[in-house]
Order: sequence, then C-alpha cells, then structure tokens
Amino acid sequence: MTAVLEAKPAITRTVDARGSYCPGPLMELIRAIRESVVGDVITVLSSDKGSRIDIPKWIEKAGHRLVSLETLDGYDQIVVEKAR
Amino acid sequence: MDEPLNLVLFSGTDDKLQAAAVLTAGASAIGKPVNVFLQYWALDAFRRDRIGRDHGLAPEAGTEGRAHVDDLRHAGQVSWAETLRQAKDLGEVDIQACSLSMDLLDIDQADLDPLVDGVEGVTAFYLNAGQGQVVFI
Repeated sequence: MTAVLEAKPAITRTVDARGSYCPGPLMELIRAIRESVVGDVITVLSSDKGSRIDIPKWIEKAGHRLVSLETLDGYDQIVVEKAR
Repeated sequence: MDEPLNLVLFSGTDDKLQAAAVLTAGASAIGKPVNVFLQYWALDAFRRDRIGRDHGLAPEAGTEGRAHVDDLRHAGQVSWAETLRQAKDLGEVDIQACSLSMDLLDIDQADLDPLVDGVEGVTAFYLNAGQGQVVFI
C-alpha cells in the first residue's frame, strides 16, 4: 500500500520551456498551473540556470508540491503538483 | 506582497529595458503589482513605430557586451517588449507615460505602443506607488 502511495504521480501536462530565459520558464509554469485543477501534475523542462533555483522557491511560496527536480542532459526536469 | 514594485524607466537602451522587463516579469509572477513610469528615452523607445527597433546598449557594454547580448538574442531570448507583454498577461502590471516627457517628445498616446496603459503626472505615480519601493533605471 505504501509503495502505491509513494509511486510517482502520473504527469498531467509537460511544459517544454527549454531555450527560454529567466523568468520565462516560471512564467510558463504559472500559466499552466492556472489552467490546471488541484491534483494535476505538471512537468517543466528548463535549460535556464536561474529557474532551477527560482521555480522550487515559487512552488513552496505558492503552496504547491515539488515532486522532483532532476538535472538531465543540459536541462532540468521539475515536477510539480498543483495543491491549491 | 500587497505593496507594489514601482519602476521609473529613464534609459532607452535595450539592455536596461531588458533588465527592467525581467524585474517586472519576476514581480508579476509572484503576484506583486508593478507600476512602470516611462520618462525621457525609455518613453521614446515605447513609440509604436520604434518599439521593435534596435535601441542600442548602455556605453559600458562596449563591443564585448554587444556580442554577449547578441548571443543571448540569437539563442532565443525574447525582446523586452515581449517580456512585458507576458508579464502583463500574468499579473498586475500598469505602464504609464510621464506627461512631462510626452510634452518633451511632442507625442500623444496614439503614438505609443498599446503596452502603455495611459499618461499621468509624477504625483499620480507616487500616489499609486504607496509604500512600495521606487526603482530608477
């Protein structure tokens, strides 16, 4: 049961903001969050270094949930769940 | 978070306008209202027929700075005007032209890009600024 609860949630939507500069990826994420419903899970792909720091901070402040942050080949993959 | 960020834009070069646009976008992203007051050469850059032009860079950029700015643009950085449009789309951003600068440049609102919401005097700007910071660029 625990394993099921801790499983990675299904991605509702992916925002590919690679190539967009600060604060572009965050702006794209906010737009996607606004269009989503509570419980939706959004993946943001960003190649902007500042966004790696800013996006998790915004997620915390805005009251959403950071599911994961991974650095892949030249970009970051940030997964967030809309919590409110 | 309720107090607005108040930006007075004086310089009309692309680097300073880009910096101002990024500050505006960041503030609007976190729900902070932004008041932008356009004076002198910044106002000139918002003219409908000039907004898309190359407005040069601040003198300290030099040739090396110019190359860095060009690299970022070629890599896909959007223009300051587009960044401001996105910021307005996202949050509460009010862009006003300084009435005295309008007189100085001998233009009226029809000459300005639709990004500009209106024309006001410096007192109206301060009244809208409330207790928020005023930043001059």
